[in-house]
Amino acid sequence: MRTYILKRLLFVIPVLFGLSLIVFSIMALIPGDPAIAILGAYATPENVARINAELGLDKPLPIQYLTWVGHLLTGDFGRSYSLDRPVLDEVLERFSATLVLAGAAFVLCAIFGLLAGVVSAVRQYGLADKIITLAVLIGISIPSFALGLLLILFFAVRLRWFPASGMINIYGEGGIGDVLYHLVLPAITLSVVATGVVARLTRSAMLEVLRQDFIRTARAKGAGEMRVIWRHAFRAALVSVIPVLGIQAGFVLGGAVYIETVFQWPGIGRMLVTAISTRDVLLVQGGVIFVATCYVLFNLCADIVQSLLDPRIRT
Amino acid sequence: MSVAAANLPKARLGIARLGAPLKLLFRNRLAGAGLIVLVLVCIAALLAPFWPIPDPDKTDLAARLVPVGTPGHWLGTDHLGRDMLARMVWGTRVSLMVGVIATVTAAFTGSLIGLVSGFFGGRLDNTLMRLVDMIMALPYMLLALAIVAALGPGLSNAMVAISVVNIPFFARNVRGQTVGLVRRDFVDAARLGGLGNFSILFTEVLPNVMPVIVITMSTTVGWMILETAGLSFLGLGAQPPTADLGSMLGEGRKLLITAPAVSVLPGLVIFVIVMSVNLLGDGIRDMLDPRLKSGALSRPGPRTAVALGATQKSAGHGDTEVILDVRKLGVAFNVRGREYRAVNQVNFSVRRGECLGIVGESGCGKSVTALALMGLVPTPPGRITSGQVLLDGEDMVTAPLKRLQDIRGNRVAYVFQDPLTTLHPMIPVGEQLAEAVQLHGSLSSTEAWAKAVELLDLVRIPNAAQRARSYPHEMSGGMRQRIGIAMALANDPEVIIADEPTTALDVTIQAQVLRLLDQLRRERGLALIFITHDFGVVSQMCDRVMVMYAGRVVETGTTEQVTERPAHPYTRRLLACVPQLGRPGKGLVSIEGRPPQTDRLPEGCAFAPRCAMATEACTTGKIEMRQVEDRHEARCLFAEDVFRGAGH
Repeated sequence: MRTYILKRLLFVIPVLFGLSLIVFSIMALIPGDPAIAILGAYATPENVARINAELGLDKPLPIQYLTWVGHLLTGDFGRSYSLDRPVLDEVLERFSATLVLAGAAFVLCAIFGLLAGVVSAVRQYGLADKIITLAVLIGISIPSFALGLLLILFFAVRLRWFPASGMINIYGEGGIGDVLYHLVLPAITLSVVATGVVARLTRSAMLEVLRQDFIRTARAKGAGEMRVIWRHAFRAALVSVIPVLGIQAGFVLGGAVYIETVFQWPGIGRMLVTAISTRDVLLVQGGVIFVATCYVLFNLCADIVQSLLDPRIRT
Repeated sequence: MSVAAANLPKARLGIARLGAPLKLLFRNRLAGAGLIVLVLVCIAALLAPFWPIPDPDKTDLAARLVPVGTPGHWLGTDHLGRDMLARMVWGTRVSLMVGVIATVTAAFTGSLIGLVSGFFGGRLDNTLMRLVDMIMALPYMLLALAIVAALGPGLSNAMVAISVVNIPFFARNVRGQTVGLVRRDFVDAARLGGLGNFSILFTEVLPNVMPVIVITMSTTVGWMILETAGLSFLGLGAQPPTADLGSMLGEGRKLLITAPAVSVLPGLVIFVIVMSVNLLGDGIRDMLDPRLKSGALSRPGPRTAVALGATQKSAGHGDTEVILDVRKLGVAFNVRGREYRAVNQVNFSVRRGECLGIVGESGCGKSVTALALMGLVPTPPGRITSGQVLLDGEDMVTAPLKRLQDIRGNRVAYVFQDPLTTLHPMIPVGEQLAEAVQLHGSLSSTEAWAKAVELLDLVRIPNAAQRARSYPHEMSGGMRQRIGIAMALANDPEVIIADEPTTALDVTIQAQVLRLLDQLRRERGLALIFITHDFGVVSQMCDRVMVMYAGRVVETGTTEQVTERPAHPYTRRLLACVPQLGRPGKGLVSIEGRPPQTDRLPEGCAFAPRCAMATEACTTGKIEMRQVEDRHEARCLFAEDVFRGAGH
């Protein structure tokens, strides 16, 4: 067990290395001169040269890469020129907001996706299965940004149950309750697609498991259906659903971009969109590599949980 | 559709014949509906220049934000007074085009990578796949954003970003399929035929991976349309004055409260397109890969369905020594409109402490009979069509589920054939045993665990206390089978039904397990129903034997009667199949032919087509069991002759 986790941890290193390489090469491809983006079209050549030297852009690419990675490792993500503050500070602040949103959406998609999938499989071809299948189909086909707008229109504008935007009430006391209140609509919106995907996969995983011989053994022992479904079948189905949950974690992290825009949530997605339009390279680079690293770590956790559940993987 | 249909495997249709797959597709009504909607949307978008609609970019500030239903502006206007209907038609055109181009690009590039990687293998494969893994390690949208960041906002850049993030899906799926194909005979044959690598790749391999490519396309195209619309929504895709549905939604968002229609309508169109694409995609996937078809996986319910014809009188019986009495049991499977009568009017009884062997070839209905006793035949497709299973006079066929669950594993326990698949792979064996104990008693967890260890000891598992913590995959086949036996013994059952418990084991282990079962049976006085295809095992274990063929009992008697003086030609042939030590001269005989399909059993004797003694009389009417000596019966017109050793 311990060796498995250790092996898995070691495997993260080349992945992170590859990630940094990909992110760096994409950014290095950017046409045009970042210095001109910073200084404007009328910059003098001397100023451009000065900025390039400051940013280390006059050096060859491999050196630039190594310097960048070296700085990353010491926690130095550089300085955002458009915000005039350290990239890491901005990224951490924005990422925590995204994490709240994506975390809530993830919990929702895990709970409802698994539940819907199990019910759907157990009641195969029944009314519940048909309703869930239809709901799932609608859920994965609806653009989340359009759904967000609809929810705002209905629950915020018409019914006035929930706020339409923001993370906290700027005139209020704040606090966890306030954040949760603001969280309801965006979290639901973000979770819909992921819930659908999880439900679909859980359904087919459960159907696959329910035909297995060991389920018949459980029934032959005299186990009741609840026990057969949850303790025997669900446990085995979960193993194949967990990697999908890992993928959904990445999906809600990425999909948060739309939701943050629709609901004015001060998360990292919106930060990236703004940074792309202002061509703030270091901010984009830092944001992407940070989120990607977190995603790799989530998947690591998913693998470890999977190995805890399934003893066959460990060896 | 034209893309999907044209790409179907050549073996199954000529490219010109679109009719058959279309018909197949329309059998799935939802997929058909998706196709129709999609075709209508495509026609509407493609014919945009010919519609009598205003110029989508013509602003008219006097007619800003007129509501839906205004004559001249059926769907209203936006904040610049542009006609919404016209903008949606043109926007749909852009969105569809972008989605299709992105999909085709991703499919082409990804499939090429997958083909090359899978075909050439080695270091090239390794490098390419590591790269694909890397790309997949990034969250999908984030990578798209990074690419747009590098290339700059714009529709074509968004398209590139979306197709790049989808390349890995194609590369992976296609590679997987290619690797499997490369080792197949026809590829070798092509190589021997002198074809070069690239010819083989494109003439032999490509047509065979096409279904995978089409399936991947059908599952990703919906995403790609959504995601490109999403990038446009964020302002990173289509730039004014070009508008796709996503950017219309993005612009309309600012007017959400005053004019919801301006953003809701494009959202609705995206939804309709993606929904129909997904429906169609599911249909195509089901058609090309029947294995994934939702209907193919049916889940067995908690008990076998019971569909008894006429009501049956439950006749009590006087003989209290009989623990299990099975009368006229019938089990049928309904598969694709055919009814397979797997078990047909089977009668037998078992006395306390007795061992009954049920023998026959695979498919003769012996396992189904065994499973039906406690309602464990999977439904769908199976159901019990007739008969009674009386346990101490109580009918199990009509007993309520709760009652049945009380009896399963408690008074009647099973030992199944393959212990690797019949034990739960993720639960330690001790826990599985403890569960069996706790289900039918009031023991605490600690007591149940102690009992589990005791059971392991009983079936001679060394280091029982320690072994209880092992998982099934950590044990040998023989050990796993003992776990299965221990589980059956957990609640001191009165009847154990052992379904080929030693078939998966090698000979020495087999002997040990058999000896163990036999000994436990004698010590505990439990009735044992032993299902096997092996007469050698029968003569070692059983007091009485019942031979089954095509779902019917063809001979019953004591072990000695049946093995020494068989009265049915089938039994005699089965016995001839058993190799005997010390008689090397006796060659092994196999029975020619196969048992009949039970959906269309011949009239008369089911064995007649394979029987050397068969006469015309054998193929007409119903053949009853005939008694040849005390307690010895056979279902053969010539039972007495066979019994006396006539025939050959």
